[in-house]
Order: sequence, then C-alpha cells, then structure tokens
Amino acid sequence: MILDWLPPTLIGVLLVLAGIGAIRRMNLWRAGQAEKVDFLAGLFAMPKRYLHDLHHVVERDKYMSRTHVATGGGFVLAMVLVVFVHLFGVKNEILAWALLAALVLMFCGALFVYKRRMNPPSRLSKGPWMRLPKSLLTFSITFFVLTLPAAGILPEGTGGWILTLVLSVLILMSLSEMLFGMTWGGPMKHAFAGALHLAFHRRPERFGGGRSTGLKPAALGEASHGVAKPTDFKWNQLLGFDACVQCGRCEAVCPAFAAGQPLNPKKLIQDMVVGFAGGTDKKYAGSAYPGVEVGNAKGAPDQIITNGLISSDTLWSCTTCRACVEECPMMIEHVDAIVDMRRFLTLEKGETPNKGAQVLENIIATDNPNGYSPASRTHWAADQNLNLMKDVKQADVLFWVSDGAFDMRSQRILRAFVKLMKAANIDVAILGDEELDSGDVARRLGDDAAFQSLAKRNLATLSKYSFKTIVTTDPHAFHCLKNEYGDFGSDALKGVEVLHHTTFLNRLVKEERLQLDTFKGGKVTYHDPCYLGRYNGEYEAPRELLASLGIDVAEMERSGYRSRCCGGGGGAPITDIPGERRIADMRMEDVVSTGAEMVAVGCQQCTAMLEGVVEPRPVVKDIAEILVSQLAEEVNS
Amino acid sequence: MPPKVNVVSLVSVGRHPQSGRSRRAEQDGRAVELGLKLSKKSLTVVHAGDSQEPVLRQYAGMGLDSLTVLPQAADGDALPVLVEFLKNSKAQVVLTGVRAESGESSGMLPYLLAEQLGWPLVPRVAEILTIKEGAAEVLLALPRGQRRSVIVSLPFIATVDNAAAEARQTAFGPGLRADLKVLNVESVTDDAMATWQISAAKPRPKRLKVVKAKTAADRMKAATAKPVGGGGKVMKNETAAEKAQAIFDLLLEEKVVR
Ligand code: SF4
Ligand code: SF4
Repeated sequence: MILDWLPPTLIGVLLVLAGIGAIRRMNLWRAGQAEKVDFLAGLFAMPKRYLHDLHHVVERDKYMSRTHVATGGGFVLAMVLVVFVHLFGVKNEILAWALLAALVLMFCGALFVYKRRMNPPSRLSKGPWMRLPKSLLTFSITFFVLTLPAAGILPEGTGGWILTLVLSVLILMSLSEMLFGMTWGGPMKHAFAGALHLAFHRRPERFGGGRSTGLKPAALGEASHGVAKPTDFKWNQLLGFDACVQCGRCEAVCPAFAAGQPLNPKKLIQDMVVGFAGGTDKKYAGSAYPGVEVGNAKGAPDQIITNGLISSDTLWSCTTCRACVEECPMMIEHVDAIVDMRRFLTLEKGETPNKGAQVLENIIATDNPNGYSPASRTHWAADQNLNLMKDVKQADVLFWVSDGAFDMRSQRILRAFVKLMKAANIDVAILGDEELDSGDVARRLGDDAAFQSLAKRNLATLSKYSFKTIVTTDPHAFHCLKNEYGDFGSDALKGVEVLHHTTFLNRLVKEERLQLDTFKGGKVTYHDPCYLGRYNGEYEAPRELLASLGIDVAEMERSGYRSRCCGGGGGAPITDIPGERRIADMRMEDVVSTGAEMVAVGCQQCTAMLEGVVEPRPVVKDIAEILVSQLAEEVNS
Repeated sequence: MPPKVNVVSLVSVGRHPQSGRSRRAEQDGRAVELGLKLSKKSLTVVHAGDSQEPVLRQYAGMGLDSLTVLPQAADGDALPVLVEFLKNSKAQVVLTGVRAESGESSGMLPYLLAEQLGWPLVPRVAEILTIKEGAAEVLLALPRGQRRSVIVSLPFIATVDNAAAEARQTAFGPGLRADLKVLNVESVTDDAMATWQISAAKPRPKRLKVVKAKTAADRMKAATAKPVGGGGKVMKNETAAEKAQAIFDLLLEEKVVR
C-alpha cells in the first residue's frame, strides 16, 4: 500500500509538535516567580488528586462528572494505545481490542459533551469550545475505523488508499485539536496544564479534604510589592490560570458578577492567560465583565496588568467570598490572584478606591477602620463587668471582641454573647483597649504592611497572657487569628483553640451548660457567612444550635458551601464599585424566597449588610441574639 | 504651569486627634499635594526635625523621590535652619500648613519665615491657579466656601487651608524606597521653649451661637458656617486711621486688649 506510512507519520509529527508546544508553554510559566514545590511528591500525588479531589468538585454536576470520566479516561487510554498500535506498529490483537473499547467509551462520553453543547448554558464559553465535541467524536470514530484491521475485524487493506487518505485527513483534524491544541493553547490545554497544576498546586494542603484559605504574607521591603505584571505571579499561579476549562462555574456563583459589577472570575483568569502568553482577549468567547466590552484588552508578560489588560475596578469588585474557588473544578485560586494584584495597587500606587485610602489611614493611625479613639474601644462593656486580661493575666477563654466594639448594632451581638457566657459560668476575659483591629480589612484591601503590623502587635499582646481558648463573634477576625496569624513566627496562639462563637456555644449546649427554651417564632432561615463557612468549614454548629431551639431551618437554595455572599467581605463596601444591583439585596431575596420571617446569621458584617436592605424584609439576628432571647430564666433567681 | 517654578513644601509630624499618634499632618499633606500639582519635578519637600521619624515615609509615599531633612533635636528650633535653607535654595513658592498639629502649634512659623526672608505671606490658600512672569494668581479660602483671588509676586510663602485639595493616598512601597536627604545642619536649641511649662490642652469653650434661622436653608448655613465673630465689615474707602480704629475697637470688644 502506497499510503500506509501516512497515518503513523501524522501521529508522530503531531506528537513531536505537541512536545515542542509543551516546552514553549512551560517556558511561559517559568517566567513567573520562583516558588518552592515538591516536584516528585506532587507528580506522584497527581493521579489521586485528579481522581479524588478534582472529581469531588466535578461530582457536584453529576452529568458532567460521568461525561468527563468517559471522555477523558477513554481519550487518555486510547492515546496511549494509539502510540503502541499505530505509531510503533505493535501487532497485538488484545491491544487493538483494548483500543477499540477505549474509543467506544470515549465516543459515548463525547456524545454527552455534544448534547451539552447543543444548548449550552451562558456560563460556558463558546468559540473553539463548541468544536471540541466534534473533534472528540472525529477522533474516536477515525481511530476506531483505523484500528479495525489491527483487531482482525476487517482484513488489512480494506478501503484501499482512498480510505487511508480520508482517515489521514480526519487524523490530522482530530489530532490537531487533541495533541497540538493541548500544548499550543486550544481547549484541550486544560488537560495538560490541569494535570501539572494539580501536581504543583500552591496550596497542596487543599488535597485530601484539607483546607487552606489564609492569604500568603507579602514580602515587604522589596523593589516592588504585590503583582504588577503577569510575571510577578509565582510560576505555579501562572500554571494554575492555564488550567482553566472555562466551565464558568465560578461565574455562575460570583455575587459581584450577578450584581452587574465589572467582575467575572472566569474572564479574569482568561485575562491572566492573555497576560502571561501575550495578546488580546479578542478570541475570548464567554461572558464579559458586566458593562465592559470584550476585545479591547491587551496584555504581555511584562506589561502592568492594570494598564490595558484589566481595569482596577474589576479587582476591587471582589468580596473575597471564595465562592469561585470553592466551585472551581480545576482548583484555581482566584482570590489569591486578586489580592496579589490589589497589593500592587495599594502598596505601590496608593490607589485604593473610594473610602479605601481613608480607612487604611485610620487603621494605621488608630488601629480601627473608622478612626475612633483607641481609648474608647471598651466603652461598650462599661456595664458588662468583664475581666480584663491586663488585670487577671489568665482565663479559660479569651473573648476577642473585634471592631464590633465601636458599632452600636454589633454591640448588641457582643452583649448577647457575654450574657450567654455568663449563664454558662465561663471564666472569660477580654483584652480591652489592648485589642487592635484584626487586620482583615487592611489585608483584603491589599495593605499587607498594615495587616502584618497589626498581626504582630496583636500577637505580642496575646503572648503576654495565658488562655486555652480564644472565641470571637466575628468570622473575619476568626479567620485571621486561626489561619493567617500563624505566619508571623509567634507562639502566642500555640496550643490555643481558636473558635467562632457558634462553635463554642454549640459545645456549651451539648454539654448542657445552657438551658434554652424552645423557639416559638415563625420560620427561620440561616445565612452562612463566607468567612465561617467556606473559609473555615463551619456549617454545622450554627445549624445544630438552631435545631437545639427546636428550629427547623428553612434552607435557602444557596446555602452551606454554596452560600451567596452578603456583599460585605473583602472591603467591598469600602471600595464600593458600582453595579446594577446590590449584593445584599440579592441575598435578601434568597431569604425572602424561603418564606422565612427571620434570618439567622453568625457575623456582624452580614448583619449590617442584610439589615441595610430596605424594609419590609425579614428580621436579621445573630445566633447569639436568638439564643439569648431563649435563655431559660433560672427558677430561683 | 511652567515647570520652572521651584516649590518647597514644609512638612511636620502630625498628631491624630483621636489616638494622639504621629501621622501625616492634614494641612501639610495638602501642602505637598498642592506642590505635586504645581510641579512634581521641581518640588522639594523639607522637614526640620528627626530624620528617623517614620511619618516622613508617609509623606514620601505620596510619590516623592526624595525628602530633605534638616536634622534637629527634639528641643530644636525649626525657624533658623529653615530660614538658612530657604535663603540658599532657589525656592520661589514655599507651602506650609496653617499650623502644626503637635509641638507649639502656634501657626507662627510661616509668618516668622516671611518676616525673616522678607517675602510676602499668603494665608489660607485653597488653590494656586497660575504662575507666570514672576507672579502667581492664588485663590484664598474664605468661610462658607467663598474664594478670593489675589495676585502675588514670587517668591512668596503660602499657608494651605483645609479647603485645598486633599492629600493623595500614601503608598507603602514608594515611601519606603524614597531617598531621605539628611543635610548637615546645626541643631539650634529653642531656648525660649526650655523655660516653658507644657500641659495638656483642654478644648476651648465655644462661643454660643444663637441661631435665629427660620428656614432649613438658613439653619444649614448657620451650622456649616465657620465661626465668625459678630457681623464683619469690609472697609475699603476709609482712611488708614479709621481702619485702625475699627480694628482697635474690635479688639477691645473681644477683650483681647483691655
Ligand atoms: S476558573 Fe475554574 S470554575 Fe472558573 S471557568 Fe475556569 S475552570 Fe471553571
Ligand atoms: S471571591 Fe467571590 S466575589 Fe470574588 S471573584 Fe470569587 S466569587 Fe466573585
């Protein structure tokens, strides 16, 4: 046969081209900053991370997870066998039959991909992604036919040179997508970059059911701070961006996107790719940043990102709610990237929008965001008869009051919690005026210098006293204390349990140290604060507490790990980027749609945001406030 | 704005009204802002005092490449070193705050500087509109958002009012990297100050305002007005003696002179 050499040659050539592309792509990633990665351990762990962790997320969409197992698994298997059977010409009927089976599997999967693409939801990118199912089908059919003679089903030479020629054209078409496209920037890139991203992830703690949500400290005192250009990212962050499959799950859950603010996490990640690979966003075929036309963004590895690639408003729209990260099947870290870029804007350019500059200045000069007198921090507790650590030096429980101390609404929550602790006879003390802002807002606004200064000073104060547990009603302070203060080389929190008040109260209730009456009000729903739920995995304690009052929580559609942000995180109310709607209003609609008369929360910021929604609306109460109103009066008092 | 004008902004260590902590002083920050707006290239920002003061980095973080320090001990007198410095510089416009937030806070420094240098002093500037042919057109801030435009010849000293543009955000990185040029000057002890007793200030009793406003607009006006004593009078055509008499009468009435 004259043309028999053609298919293997095509396969070989495309494999070589893919190899060249892979090296080029890796060089793009390597332009990023150095970051220590355990390469071998990562590579060994990769299959497990794929099968277990990644699929755990994909599983949330059952249709897609099965489709992907069939298509992806079938393809990988088929490709390996194609190399043996068709490139190296291994004559073995068993191999050929295995290849046929893999191709059938892949074909079935590809049919479902095709079906999904017939009427794709808006979150999916179109463009080249629309051609992918066709390429998948072409691949499986072509190699199926090509393998039939090897499997002994058809005699060698069936179809003559015409069939060989036709098959060769089809091989060229499908392999261009599957191999060449994989490393030269086609949709299949996600398989190549994704696998390596899983291996070299910057937060390996996330795999195996772990959690890693604390921001990494910025190095201070360098020639520049934060991420200005794509190459200022760590190399494995760049690799992570490349792993995006443009599935748009992040877009579907992003509160800022839904509110019409100029942010779409999927587009942001794609723009990062445009940045480090160089070029424009003209080929982007997904949803735009609301209100911003696609096609005008230009980027290059050494170009300042906010000069032409993305607008700084995009970065400031994010509430750091982590919904996108939670939802991303490729485990991409959007929030890290956004805060990295904010650091540049704040620490280098001094361009924190709206009230940002003033808030940061206040934090620096008064250790609280509103510029209140630090000497008035404990005024709220004038009638609370609380021990000060300064006087008692030690206590079982240190109550971290947070900046809610300055706010009249939050003070109601603080008092309620104190009353509950007193009812349970807890040995508790507060830091009083020695406590400083946790630094949460400063850090999310990109001012890591202010954050680190606060963290170090707070840790120095904490290290003077002894306590077993530290409890706070503020999930943001909770997150800082629990997940971020550990980076500053202090022993102050060593062996100390950091708890959110709902967790703490739940224990008290379980130990029967609080006597509570059954709640007899109307329907109640519960709003999971982002910094309690997604950041710290505490979904149960608040619900158990409500259940202990006999409340059957009427869950919102978006609750638990899918809870929608109240709009109050990440300094978003301070930078206040305009959109079409307010995030808090949308969340209140979620509440209303359950028919609840009251929404229970576990965060003063959520309380403030949700109470800011115009009435009539359900009542907003912190769980501590609800519990306190059900506190059984002691009979003999 | 011709880039030729040499602007010097004088900065001091401010004091946060709530925490009492050092900070970038409100008005001095505005003086730097105004200087930056006039000409970023030929702006010199000068501090007489401790060169180790971290607050200087907050000024530098407004985008200054360098900041000049005339080192002075804590009991030093800023006036003589500043006069010396300005005499030897090519300064044409000197900007300061109206008064410092810490230390004596008398507001006298710009007047004494003007006196010793023999330059005109323009008080409470809101904006400098143009500088050309050796003269500047300056807007003075008057109560209730009113402005008065005056022309002043170079060189001059101006104090910057709170009505001037707010100081831009200070950025940590540039502030950290800015070059502190510490000049070699002698620290002059303020002998007068050594004899003073310093005690914490108490808020001054406020003059009671009897608001006789009838409409909301009037009340708004009364609430937002800067405190001005009684009914002021603009005297333009009277003789100097009459004007002096009017001032004297007012001082008597206000019990400044007895
Ligand atoms: S970032 Fe993640 S969730 Fe968003 S489109 Fe890409 S892969 Fe999907
Ligand atoms: S963290 Fe929340 S607000 Fe920010 S991009 Fe992700 S989903 Fe959107």
